[in-house]
Amino acid sequence: MAMTQTISPARSAPAAEAAVPALDLDNVTCTFRTPGAKASYTAVKEATLRIADGEFVSVVGPTGCGKSTLLNVSAGLLQPSSGTVRVYGEELVGMNRKAGYMFQAESLMPWRSALDNVVVGLEYQGVPRAEAEARGQDWLKRVGLGAHGHRYPHQMSGGMRKRAALAQTLIMNPRIILMDEPFSALDIQTRQLMENELLDIWSADRKSVLFITHDLEEAIALSDRVVVLSAGPGTHPIGEFVIDLPRPRDVSEIRLTPQFVQLHDQIWHTMKEEVLKGYVQSQNK
Amino acid sequence: MSKVRTSSGGIAGMPSAVLQIPILAVLIGSWYGLTETNVLPKFFFGEPFKVFGVIWAWFLSGEIFPHLGVTLLETVLAFLFGSGLGLAVGLWLALSPTASRLADPYIKAANAMPRVVLAPIFAVWFGLGVWSKVALGVTLVFFIVFFNVYQGIREVSPVLLANARVLGANAAQLLRTVYLPSATSWVFSSLHTSVGMAFVGAVVGEYLGSSRGVGYLILQAEGVFDINTVFAGMLVLTAFALVLDQVVAIVEKRLLVWRPTHGETEKM
Ligand SMILES: Nc1ncnc2c1ncn2[C@@H]1O[C@H](COP(=O)(O)OP(=O)(O)OP(=O)(O)O)[C@@H](O)[C@H]1O
Ligand SMILES: [Mg+2]
Repeated sequence: MAMTQTISPARSAPAAEAAVPALDLDNVTCTFRTPGAKASYTAVKEATLRIADGEFVSVVGPTGCGKSTLLNVSAGLLQPSSGTVRVYGEELVGMNRKAGYMFQAESLMPWRSALDNVVVGLEYQGVPRAEAEARGQDWLKRVGLGAHGHRYPHQMSGGMRKRAALAQTLIMNPRIILMDEPFSALDIQTRQLMENELLDIWSADRKSVLFITHDLEEAIALSDRVVVLSAGPGTHPIGEFVIDLPRPRDVSEIRLTPQFVQLHDQIWHTMKEEVLKGYVQSQNK
Repeated sequence: MSKVRTSSGGIAGMPSAVLQIPILAVLIGSWYGLTETNVLPKFFFGEPFKVFGVIWAWFLSGEIFPHLGVTLLETVLAFLFGSGLGLAVGLWLALSPTASRLADPYIKAANAMPRVVLAPIFAVWFGLGVWSKVALGVTLVFFIVFFNVYQGIREVSPVLLANARVLGANAAQLLRTVYLPSATSWVFSSLHTSVGMAFVGAVVGEYLGSSRGVGYLILQAEGVFDINTVFAGMLVLTAFALVLDQVVAIVEKRLLVWRPTHGETEKM
């Protein structure tokens, strides 16, 4: 089987021929101390994860294992208890300015229309209003919301809000894109449209993507590499799989190829046990 | 509260008006009946037709308008200063845990104090003009807005904040685009109460010592036991408060378009 148990930290050798990774989580541990609770909870333990420049990596793992936590660390929103985060070789202090982050939870400002939400990042950069609006309108069209720019979040469906959030993140043209289950609220057809759109955007200028999902099929269809996390507590990667399916891909067609099915079986075999463990753990908590 | 949503046809609104107007008629009718037959002494309870006569004369001669104007001015100023101050202090204390910990007992004490007892002090400090009433109104409005803003800021969604920071907001931009809009939405949600309080402050202030305003008219009439004028003043104030409330409702509707309201479908 083409899998490596616990990614061996091939450190020390100064990054032989490979370029510096876009994102490098090295031995990251995150311990939460909840006020009131007796014990602290170690969500992520000694996790090492590397995203090469231009690579599309998906992370799958049982619910509550610490996927969002890893993304928060990558975005610079959460300081790990120990371990280091490097962004293009530089140790991360404060916010990760090279990354865009699409959150799992609702993140649009309810008092701004879709268009005003999409351009808010440009506004922070001081881009003139007219230019920002033109670019915002363009992005709204790309995510299929061209006619809905005036709507407030409460006037949009869950899927529309997700698409607006996607435009809000991508308009900033980040070199690293962090995405936390971005498409799980979409119906299967819209979802495949958005996945293809994401692949288009990604392949156009090869951004580095760290993509989190529950859906193993989605992970395989999109990625260069799929990383499987163990169940919590003390989550860490337990396996990684190189997805050598040819590109460009069409996410709806590729699911039918025998190669895809074989990869799916292989990864699922590793995941199954952890998913069960995660389920039991979440019940005992 | 008669917050019945009248649909575009107006038919759904009809039954409540049809029922409400007779109630008013019955109330005024029994007032008239009871005082006319001297079951209730006219000296203490007034006579409805004389009361309406006073109101009529006030509006016909235009005598009432300067007084209404003063009361309105006091209300508006008290509301503006009170909310501005409440917003600023609420933001400051919510964003600075140390300041909030230090100020906490004082805020609680100040809020627990019956503010009306301050009126004589304000009269001494600011004179009998507009400003002593404004000051009283401010002390009433401030706390409503302050507590709303404080709570609102504390409950700003952490995801919204994180998202704004990821998109590159600095501290000032975070304040302007996340904290302030969510704080003002809390100010608006307390708009009816705080405008009402500003009005109470103005009228009570006038009543306790003034030279103009509708409260002053009531005070004057009371001094000479002219009960009909007292009632007339009360009715004018009530009508005025209702108008004010309507204006607030319109402003609120315009400013909070982004707020979800239940059942926004259009009737065919
Ligand atoms: N701020 C926090 N304080 C305490 N515990 C936390 C905090 N954030 C996360 N946790 C805990 O850490 C664990 C991992 O949380 P995380 O949100 O990363 O899970 P996840 O893998 O994204 O789950 P899901 O797939 O359901 O989104 C959970 O058990 C959660 O309870
Ligand atoms: Mg999550």
